[in-house]
Amino acid sequence: MSLEKIEGLIIEILHELAEEEKFKSFLEANTDTPLYGGSSLLESIDLVGLLADLEDAVADEFDIDIIIADERAMSQRISPFRSVRSLTNYVQKLIDKVEVE
Amino acid sequence: MKSESTELITIITGTRKGLGKALAEHLLGKGHQVVGCSRREGTIEHENYEHFRVDVSDETSVRKMIRAIVKKWGRIDVLLNNAGMASMNHLLLTPTRTVEKVFNTNFLGTFLFIREVAKKMQKKKFGRIVNYTTVAVPLDLEGEAVYAASKAAVESLTKVAAKELGGFNITVNAIGPTPVATDLIKNVPENKIQELLEQQSVKRMGTEEDVINVVDFFIKPESEFINGQIIYLGGVN
Repeated sequence: MSLEKIEGLIIEILHELAEEEKFKSFLEANTDTPLYGGSSLLESIDLVGLLADLEDAVADEFDIDIIIADERAMSQRISPFRSVRSLTNYVQKLIDKVEVE
Repeated sequence: MKSESTELITIITGTRKGLGKALAEHLLGKGHQVVGCSRREGTIEHENYEHFRVDVSDETSVRKMIRAIVKKWGRIDVLLNNAGMASMNHLLLTPTRTVEKVFNTNFLGTFLFIREVAKKMQKKKFGRIVNYTTVAVPLDLEGEAVYAASKAAVESLTKVAAKELGGFNITVNAIGPTPVATDLIKNVPENKIQELLEQQSVKRMGTEEDVINVVDFFIKPESEFINGQIIYLGGVN
């Protein structure tokens, strides 16, 4: 499973969000786009929606059932949700874990 | 295959018997597509009814069920967290395993279904969720410590979920029935039921219709402004 594919899924969701005026700049979303924290456009409720949509997208694309907001994610000192890149890496790890199991 | 149907897609947990079955039959009659679940085989035969064998406190099975529903119908409009388990006993005589079972079914089951279904509802920016509490919470009924505590947890969950999900146009409310003659209370002694009825302002047993009436109110389109509310039957406050 490639990181590019996962990143593509996240960017696709950001493009959908860009239909709303306040998220218009997500049309230029890339691997460095912040998702969480002071420099992100997303309110926490938007991030919740994005993560739920991403779980669905991963299930549809790879037929793998993951819970992104798991205990590990919520307890990390630096959030894995802070940027497209960090979220991509985290989702890859979750997928790898499911595949090993 | 996803259908473009306009009928409401409704999940009801615990539809094998009692209130859940009555509610399912009522909503099927109103044209809903109803998906029910219970740990054992379903008992409803209807062209618009589908049954899943699921333990509501099992995360993996719940997620599988929700995914299958969305795959087939594209969305979920209504969730009735009806599945419940009672335990009537003095707390000094209540086994730990009973506490776990009651909390798993009543609280964890409700939590899991809200979390997984709301993930799908938020996409469509619409949803109606109804949870189940009991008059045993406000009345602090003796002999129901564990049952009432599990439902008090459901009440808190209802009120906080209403705030957190309100932004997605999802309402979360709860109904608190008085005793209704179902399997849930079949082991409660007659004098205990009588004592309870004496504390209600309307002193009679509840009926399935009383519960259906409140559920209908919570889920109807005009109730979009009703959120985070607990409605008790029988005039209990």
